Amino acid sequence: MPRVSLTVNGKAVEAEVEGRTLLINLLRDQLGLTGTHIGCDTSQCGACTVHIDGVSVKSCSVLAASCEGRSVTTIEGLAKDGKLHPMQEAFREHHGLQCGFCTPGMVMAALDLVRHNPQPTRREIREHLEGNLCRCTGYQNIVTSIEAGAEAMR
Amino acid sequence: MTRFGIGQAVRRVEDQRFLTGTGSFVSDMSLPRQCYGVAVLSPHAHANIKRIDVSAAEASPGVLCVLTGTDAKADSIGGIPPHFMPEAWGGPKGFATLRPVLLADRVRCLGERVAFVVAETEAQARDAAELVEVDYEPLDTVVDVEDAIDPSAVKIWSDNPNGNIGVTIAFGDKAATDAAFSRAKHVVKLRVRNNRITACAIEPRAALGAYDPASDSYTLYTTSQDPHGVRSKLASAIFNIAETKIRVVSPDVGGGFGMKANLYPDDVLVLWASKRCGRPVKWTATRAESLLCDTHARDQVVHGELALDENGKILGIRAKACQALGAYWWAAMTAPLFFSLMLIPSVYDVQAVDLSTSAVFTNTAPTSVYRGAGRPEAIYFVERMLDHAAYVTGIDRVELRRRNLIKPDALPYHTPTHQNYDSGDFERMMDKCLELADWNGFEARKAASKRNGKLRGRAVTPYIEMAGVFNERMELRFDPSGMVSIIAGTHSHGQGHATAFAQLVSEWLGVPFDSIRYIQGDTEKVAIGRGTFAARSSMVGGSALRFAADAIIAKAKPMAGALMETSVDDIEFRDGRFTVIGTDRSIPLTTVAKAFFAPAGPVLKFGLGLDAAGSYSGAPGGAPNYPNGCQVCEVEVDPDTGLVTIDRFAAVDDLGRIINPMICEGQIQGGIAQGLGQALIENIAYDPSGQLLTGSFMDYGMPRADDLPDIASSLEEIPAKTNPLGIKGIGESGTIGAPPTIVNAVLDALRPLGVEEIDMPLTPLRVWQVIQEAKTSAAA
Repeated sequence: MPRVSLTVNGKAVEAEVEGRTLLINLLRDQLGLTGTHIGCDTSQCGACTVHIDGVSVKSCSVLAASCEGRSVTTIEGLAKDGKLHPMQEAFREHHGLQCGFCTPGMVMAALDLVRHNPQPTRREIREHLEGNLCRCTGYQNIVTSIEAGAEAMR
Repeated sequence: MTRFGIGQAVRRVEDQRFLTGTGSFVSDMSLPRQCYGVAVLSPHAHANIKRIDVSAAEASPGVLCVLTGTDAKADSIGGIPPHFMPEAWGGPKGFATLRPVLLADRVRCLGERVAFVVAETEAQARDAAELVEVDYEPLDTVVDVEDAIDPSAVKIWSDNPNGNIGVTIAFGDKAATDAAFSRAKHVVKLRVRNNRITACAIEPRAALGAYDPASDSYTLYTTSQDPHGVRSKLASAIFNIAETKIRVVSPDVGGGFGMKANLYPDDVLVLWASKRCGRPVKWTATRAESLLCDTHARDQVVHGELALDENGKILGIRAKACQALGAYWWAAMTAPLFFSLMLIPSVYDVQAVDLSTSAVFTNTAPTSVYRGAGRPEAIYFVERMLDHAAYVTGIDRVELRRRNLIKPDALPYHTPTHQNYDSGDFERMMDKCLELADWNGFEARKAASKRNGKLRGRAVTPYIEMAGVFNERMELRFDPSGMVSIIAGTHSHGQGHATAFAQLVSEWLGVPFDSIRYIQGDTEKVAIGRGTFAARSSMVGGSALRFAADAIIAKAKPMAGALMETSVDDIEFRDGRFTVIGTDRSIPLTTVAKAFFAPAGPVLKFGLGLDAAGSYSGAPGGAPNYPNGCQVCEVEVDPDTGLVTIDRFAAVDDLGRIINPMICEGQIQGGIAQGLGQALIENIAYDPSGQLLTGSFMDYGMPRADDLPDIASSLEEIPAKTNPLGIKGIGESGTIGAPPTIVNAVLDALRPLGVEEIDMPLTPLRVWQVIQEAKTSAAA
C-alpha cells in the first residue's frame, strides 16, 4: 500500500493508503478529522470542501495519494487556541447555519472566495456557492455571514 | 425582557461545535471493533425473488456475514408497521402493510433490501455485495398514481380488497356542496398535480448498531428525529423485547424535514447484524441510496371545482384527490392524507365542501411526511384554484381573496373540516405582505421587463397551517452546583432548541443563560419524548417546559422559606429570586437549588435534589395552533429559454409569540427555498418500469444559492389563544406557501401568451414547452 506524507492543519502526517483512497476518507477515517462531511456521490454538495495549499477543493474528488507533500487545511484547522476565525464568528453572528452539516464546507468555500475577492457582492457570493448545497438555511444568512466575514477579514 | 429572554435574537449555543467541525453526526462516530454493512438493493420495482445465493459474497475477503430475508424469518425479525392508520384519527379502515427489513419473496419497489453484507471495511462490504446473486422474476409495474387507481391496474397487494386503493378519506357534506354549486354564478374547474419530491437532507441517513451480550441489550446510534419512537418500534414490532433492552441515541442530525422521523430497515439491520456478528455494525447511505430508499413525499393529483357567486364569494369547494403511498403504507403517511383535505378551506370563509382523497399503492418508494405533510398539498390546490378563478371570472386576484378571507370578528371560526381557528388577522397579513413586496409597483417593473424581452408575473398566497401535534414532556434538573439542565423530549436537528429553550428557562427561572445545559436525543437520558416534526416543538415543548418551570418554583419555595426563616405565604418568586414580600430580603434560585443537595441539616425534609417534569398535549388530545401568513412573489420569465427568475419574494408570518426572531427567520427562509425547489427544480421521476431516473444530484435538482433572491420577511405576533405561551409554530410556512406563489406568478406572466395550466417543477424546458403549445393552439 502506498504511503503518503503531507501536512494537515499544520501538522506533519504520514499515512498508509490504498491507491483508491479518497482524501475525504483519509481525513475522516484515518486521521479522525470528522468535521469534513460526505453529502453526495457526485461531487455536487460541497460538504467535503477543504483547502489544499490554500485553494479550496472537494476532497471527495481527490485521491489521498496525490496529496504527497501538500498542505491540507480542514475546518478543524481554522480556530486558533479556541478562538474562532472571523469567518466562523460571522457565521455564528448571522445565523449562517442550522443543522451544521454543510457548514464546514461552506466556511472553507467562503474563505476561498475571499482569498481572491476580498469584497464580494451578495450576487458574487451566491454564484460562488454553486458548489455548496444547504437544505436548512435557504442560503440567505450564509450570504450575509460571508459578507460580514469578508469585511472582518479586511 | 432580559438579554437572553423571550423575543431576543440570541446567538446559538449549538454553533460552536458545528463551526469547528466537532459535531457528532452518526457517520462521525465509531465504536471499537466496528465493522461495516452494505445493503443489496433490488434493481427491479416489482419482482418475485426466485433464488438468492450469497455463497460468493460470504467467501469474499473481509466478509463476516451475509443476511437475507430467510435469515430474518428464522430469527423472527418483525416487519415495520406504519406509525398509525386512518382509524386512529376517526377515519375509515385502511389497508395496512408490514414492511420486512429484508425481502425473501417479492419486491414491490426499487431499493427494497434483499441482503445485508457485513465486512471489515465498507469497501470490502461493497465489493462483496456485488457478488450476491439474486434471480428475479420481473412483474408488471404501475408507477403513476392515476394509473394505479384504475381497477384494471397491476395489483401490488393481492389481498387488498380495493385494488391498489389503501383508503379513501372524505370531509364535508356532499348534499350541501351540490346545492351550493347549483346556485353558483361561476364554476371553475382545474386539475393540479403536486409532484413527488424528497427531503434530501444534506446528511445521508446512517446507523451504528451494537448488541451487548453481557446485558442482552442493544444500542443504536441513528439519524432520527424521534429516538423514542424508534425504540418503541424496535421493541414492539421488530425484536419483541422490552424497551429497557434498547437504547437509541440520535446525536447531531444533519437535517430531517420529516424524512428521518421513522424507523428504517437499515436501523434494524445494523442491530440484528451486530448480534449475529458479535461486533458493532455501521451503515451509511450513499446519496444514491438516499434518493432511492428515503421516504418520498407529495405525489398527489387533485381534480377540483370552485363555486363562486357573481361577486366572487366562494360558495363551495369540491376536490377529488389521489395520493401515492408507494409500495407500502408506511411511516407517517396517514397524516398528509388528512391534512391535504383539512386545510383546503384555508383562510377563506366557506362552509360547503366535498373533499376526498384516495391513498394508492404504486411500485415506488414509500411516501411519508415532508415539511408540511399535506398542508402544502392543500394550500397549493386552493390557491391554484383561486388564481384560475380570478382569471376565468375576470375578478382581480387580490380582491377575490379579500372578499373571502375570514374576518377577525368571525373568530373563533369552525371550518367544515373540523379546524377551529382561534386567532389571526388574515387580511392584515395579506396587506402587509403586498406592501412589503411593493405589489403596486408591478406595472412599471413589468414594462421594464418587457423592454428587455422578458415576461413578468406575480402572485399572492395567504396561507394557514395546523401545527403542534401530540403530547410532549420536558424536564428541568438542577445539580449540586446550582446549574440547571433542560432534558428535552423534542429533538433539535437545526432548529436551535438548545438556544430557544434556554431562553425560556433563563426568563422564567432567572438563571444565567450560560449556566443552562441542554440534553436531548438519548433514550437513556430522556425518559420519554416524541421528537421534532410538524412544527410542534416550540408549542408543545415550550408549554411542557413552562409547567416544569412552574413546578420547580413550587418545589423550591418551601426551601426558600426555610432558608430565609419566613413563611411561604410571605415569599414571591421574581427575576430569579425568592423575595420576602415588602422587603429587600431575597435569595437566588441557584442558592435554593444547592440547598437541596446538602448532606445534613434541617432542610433534608425537602428531599434530595431539585427537579421537575412538565407535560403538554397538542392535537389530538389538546388544541393545535394555526400559524398563518402570506407570501408574495414576482418572477421574470425568459420566453425564449423558459428560465424563471425570482425577482422578489416577501413573506409575512403570524407566529403568535416569538422566542427567537433570528431562528424564526431562518426557518422561513429555509422553508421557502425548499418550496422554491419543488416549484422550479426538484422532481423524483420514475420510468414506467419503476426505474428511478433521478438517482443522484446530477439529475435530482437542488436549489442553490443563486436560485434565490433575498427574501423580505416580516414576523407578526397575534398570540394563539389555545396554548399557555401563545406560540404558533414556524417550521413549515415556507414549503406550504412558496410553491403556489411561484407557480401562480409564472402563470400570471404566461397567461397573455395563452398558457392556462402548468405543473411543477417549472423547469425551463417545461415552461418553454407550454409556451410553444400555447403558440401552436393560438395558430390553429
